[in-house]
Amino acid sequence: MSTSTSAAVKREARLDTAVAEPTNVLIVGVGGQGVITVSKILAQLCLQNKLKVKQSEIHGMAKRGGAVFSHVRFGSEVYSPTIPLGQADILLALEWAEGLRWLSYLNPDSGTFISDTQMIIPPFSCRDRERGATSNYVHRTLDQVKQHVPNAFAVDATGMATELGNPRTANTVLLGMLSTALDFTVEDWQAIIAQSVPPKTLQVNQKAFVLGREWIQSDKHIAAREHVEEATPPAAPMVDNVVVDLEITEAWCKGCDICVKMCPERCLVLNSNEIVELTDPDACTGCRLCEWLCPDFAIAVHVQKIETTVAEHR
Amino acid sequence: MTNGSASLVRFQDAAASAEPEIRSFMGNEAIARGAWEAGVKVGTAYPGTPSTEILESLGTYPAEDVDAQWSTNEKVSLDVAIGASFGGVRAMCAMKHVGLNVASDSLMSQSYIGVNGGLVLIVCDDPGMHSSQNEQDSRVFGQFAMVPVLEPSDAQEAKDFTKLAFALSERFDTPVIVRSTTRLSHCRSPVVLGEREQFSTKGFKDIPSKHVALPSNARIRHPIVLEREQKLKEYMNASSLVRWEPGSKEFGIITLSTCYTYVREVIPQASILKLGASYPLAEDVVRRFCDSVERVLVAEELEPVIEKELRAMGIEIEGKKYFPRVGELSPEILREGLHTAGIINELPKTTDFNVETVARPPVLCAGCSHAGTYMALRTIDARVMGDIGCYTLGAIEPLKAMDACVSMGASIGMAVGMAKANATDKPIVATIGDSTFMHAGIPPLIDAVYNNANITVLLLDNHTVAMTGGQDHAGTGRTLRGEETHRIDFEQIIRAIGVKWIKTVDSYDVGSLFRTYREAIQYDGVAVVISDRPCALDPVKIKGTPFQVRSDGCTACQMCMNLACPAISWSNELFDGHHKVKIDQTTCIGCSMCAQVCPSDCIQLNEAGAT
Repeated sequence: MSTSTSAAVKREARLDTAVAEPTNVLIVGVGGQGVITVSKILAQLCLQNKLKVKQSEIHGMAKRGGAVFSHVRFGSEVYSPTIPLGQADILLALEWAEGLRWLSYLNPDSGTFISDTQMIIPPFSCRDRERGATSNYVHRTLDQVKQHVPNAFAVDATGMATELGNPRTANTVLLGMLSTALDFTVEDWQAIIAQSVPPKTLQVNQKAFVLGREWIQSDKHIAAREHVEEATPPAAPMVDNVVVDLEITEAWCKGCDICVKMCPERCLVLNSNEIVELTDPDACTGCRLCEWLCPDFAIAVHVQKIETTVAEHR
Repeated sequence: MTNGSASLVRFQDAAASAEPEIRSFMGNEAIARGAWEAGVKVGTAYPGTPSTEILESLGTYPAEDVDAQWSTNEKVSLDVAIGASFGGVRAMCAMKHVGLNVASDSLMSQSYIGVNGGLVLIVCDDPGMHSSQNEQDSRVFGQFAMVPVLEPSDAQEAKDFTKLAFALSERFDTPVIVRSTTRLSHCRSPVVLGEREQFSTKGFKDIPSKHVALPSNARIRHPIVLEREQKLKEYMNASSLVRWEPGSKEFGIITLSTCYTYVREVIPQASILKLGASYPLAEDVVRRFCDSVERVLVAEELEPVIEKELRAMGIEIEGKKYFPRVGELSPEILREGLHTAGIINELPKTTDFNVETVARPPVLCAGCSHAGTYMALRTIDARVMGDIGCYTLGAIEPLKAMDACVSMGASIGMAVGMAKANATDKPIVATIGDSTFMHAGIPPLIDAVYNNANITVLLLDNHTVAMTGGQDHAGTGRTLRGEETHRIDFEQIIRAIGVKWIKTVDSYDVGSLFRTYREAIQYDGVAVVISDRPCALDPVKIKGTPFQVRSDGCTACQMCMNLACPAISWSNELFDGHHKVKIDQTTCIGCSMCAQVCPSDCIQLNEAGAT
């Protein structure tokens, strides 16, 4: 093993425990990003260097867009398969919000945070259909993180990988960054990558690795900071606050059911007389779909401005 | 790295190398390795997280060594293993904790009967319910059935204990449970490989007084089981399964399984008694250990199994007073408990930057064939009895078309009960997946026909056990090793049961789904609709031409978002204050369901985006 380079993990002697503490790397992201691949590569590398290593993750929901995390711990002896709170030496995030989610696991004194600025906003956070709704995706920039984390790096790894021709090598770009913080030789890393990726993607993966490695060793990350601010999710759109009123002309409704079936909020029903009825006025967002689709002009949607700002209303 | 799949590497014989080979194994792979090294001949399972990889891994060993098979359910799988044991070979069956409920009928009697070839059950608990409907503690089942329960703490032990379990099973004439948890099953750590033991068949032994579970035989067997318990206790007292790690005289911890690793992590200075088995207890050693230290705590996950035993022995100990009975244990939780108990002074320092990031719950995949089904189902406004599988996610917004879900195969029986209760005007529908139907859905369908229930059953056939990662089953026409076999025809089975109204629809044809479901609920009696489309991920990852939103046509109604497709989210554009939508081109597989429900016809194929 060579000596480590720039962002090397500074291991301070901790005298209060009897055993030598292992190195803790926490790798997080979203299902399908390659979190497990990255951690397998690291674990394999440790094994080849005759270190004890434990890699712990949870399978099952990962494919279904859920959050994925993998704890990798290595050293002369490793007990717990999971990293204790506040003891991760490196937190490698393949997605921005996932990185922030796990910050409490990072060692507050010496931890290194490396995150892709890519934001995967789950549809689940876009469930509010009201006018002017905002996604509840976290709004935090690297500067805010930097105030609390000693070594923080944010990088558009996905963008860099896309430029290389394969956006899915973003995890290899990040692996290159991670490699600068650990005591393994570049040759070892490259060899293990060669074993782990499909042969036809080997070249692009090797380039991606070098790109990530060079990025963290250069000063590029300082310039990239602004990019993070740009990448924050869209702010709340400024819209007028409104009240929605649905006017149903019962005499014209023939119970064809089109509006009921097509209402995105599913807040319309046919009542016992086969006439449309608004069952859940609070759910209605005034999208006007029923008005436009009704063959008999039986529904009119009235959207009225009210004199408060959105901020006051919320 | 484009290859993210956790493919299992085909085993290559390591006998050639002089130094023992060390490999990084997942707990489940280590268990399979242990069984293989023990000379196991028959391995069976029904897939279930976190146990699934055990049989997948066993299936990578040579077919001439071991017969590895998916069974229709856990009981069948145990029965097959029991049969193999009777036949004189070593047999193993693996299951998740709730699978043992299904298999328990056979286990309880087999405990009396004993074994011929070694019989080992691998039961994987899921503390914290990462992917399960409950977090029952299977160790209680061990006590209940009076079969030994071994509890490894890492992958090396998982291999060693599994190997030992076969020997113990034969030596003490009992089935043996090896209990894993999610944290062990899915954690990788180094394992020293060994060689395969040559285990030749013992042949069938003709002992009807032992092998036939008749009352008269069982009366004789029960006292023998109690004697066996005593012998096992004596064995445990001298066994290397129990490890005493001397430390502080003031404070000792009795622990086992992965909890041991947390103890070593958090408080290595304590005296530690690591049990290798939770049942039967090494009582003498435990007593001596407790006498040797001033204060003893038991650190165990979930139920206070060891704690209660120790109390019953009259030993003063503490445990669940400080550690939770719910969820997974972790170094943090252990530390917190020890802090409350006044044993450690400091709690870990963490960064003071804690933010609500974003909720990221599991969702149905882009192009999931269940999405259209549940969207259609919600509009017919039925009472829906659900079942276990990916489609249980149909219970949450925005699909929100499932009223109850209990256990594997329960949906149809529950629907019969709902119909009989006659408490609702709504039509009563049961939804059940293909593999779940095979597992436990056929008897209740017979019940429904037999008892004239007025229900509609939707069989959601996606041609795989999707939830656990795409395993084969009797309805796919392939075995665990991927060989072709007879494909069970659902329609034939359903007709044979006596269902008169059956229709098959394409799960991607949303209009057909709406129409067919309406017809089905109007039928008086048992109607079955088979919604047919392969899973978008397994066995083949489907990727067609993606769809895209013609933004100037989008009226931001967000109707398409009712499908809960992860490829569809807000774009940055607004229409009348509402967010327009966009489709992520890499995630979209081109199923077309969103285009079908779009009222303004602005979702169209993106031929340029085809890959």
